[in-house]
Amino acid sequence: MLRLGRTAYAEILAHCWAGLPLEACGLLGGTTTGPAATDDADATICYPTANLAESARVYTVDPKGHLRADRDAERRGLTLIGVFHSHTHTAAYPSPTDVAQAPDPTWHYVLVSLADDAPVVRSYRIVEGNIAEESVVLLSR
Amino acid sequence: MPEVRIPTMLRPAVGGAATVEADGATVGEIVGQLVARYPDLAGQVVTEDGTLHRFVNVYVNDDDIRYLSKLDTKVGEGDTVSILPAVAGGAV
Repeated sequence: MLRLGRTAYAEILAHCWAGLPLEACGLLGGTTTGPAATDDADATICYPTANLAESARVYTVDPKGHLRADRDAERRGLTLIGVFHSHTHTAAYPSPTDVAQAPDPTWHYVLVSLADDAPVVRSYRIVEGNIAEESVVLLSR
Repeated sequence: MPEVRIPTMLRPAVGGAATVEADGATVGEIVGQLVARYPDLAGQVVTEDGTLHRFVNVYVNDDDIRYLSKLDTKVGEGDTVSILPAVAGGAV
């Protein structure tokens, strides 16, 4: 399960909309109960990053933004627990590219679909090419 | 001794540590020492042909070593070497 802070949730959506017509991406800071695919995480901080690919079809998290996010999370006693990105015209489900390039089996992969009027936010664990959706619950703050 | 920050995906290879210390005058020497100490790191940061793996980014303090001298980038006593995964994907 991914428990998502309301502020972080709002910032994820704002960053994805602001990025249109391109895909937008960023990292999530928080805490996790452990590294296994069955472990839960609280994502309380959203770190919007530039999409270096500047594309409507692919994204690359700006490494400089990644380094800054990693340092900030450490200062707060948190870790980076996942990444989010938008799909501008397709469903909120990991693409073959997402699966092939998922770097970290301990991470939570949040997908935001902007294909319809209302955004759809879903979260997945991707371990050795296997996709498992997990529930997303909003925290009170 | 320089401090090396380990990303979560590589922590199992170093016994779970978020940071480790390693001696060496360059990034390449430091990674070499880490691989000697933690064999599971082999091939994770540097490829078999001795170049930086394309799925990681390595920094000395704030600077990406791809824009410095890559694995020959100098590392000083109080420097921090950060290893981070390259994060990418897309809708296709």
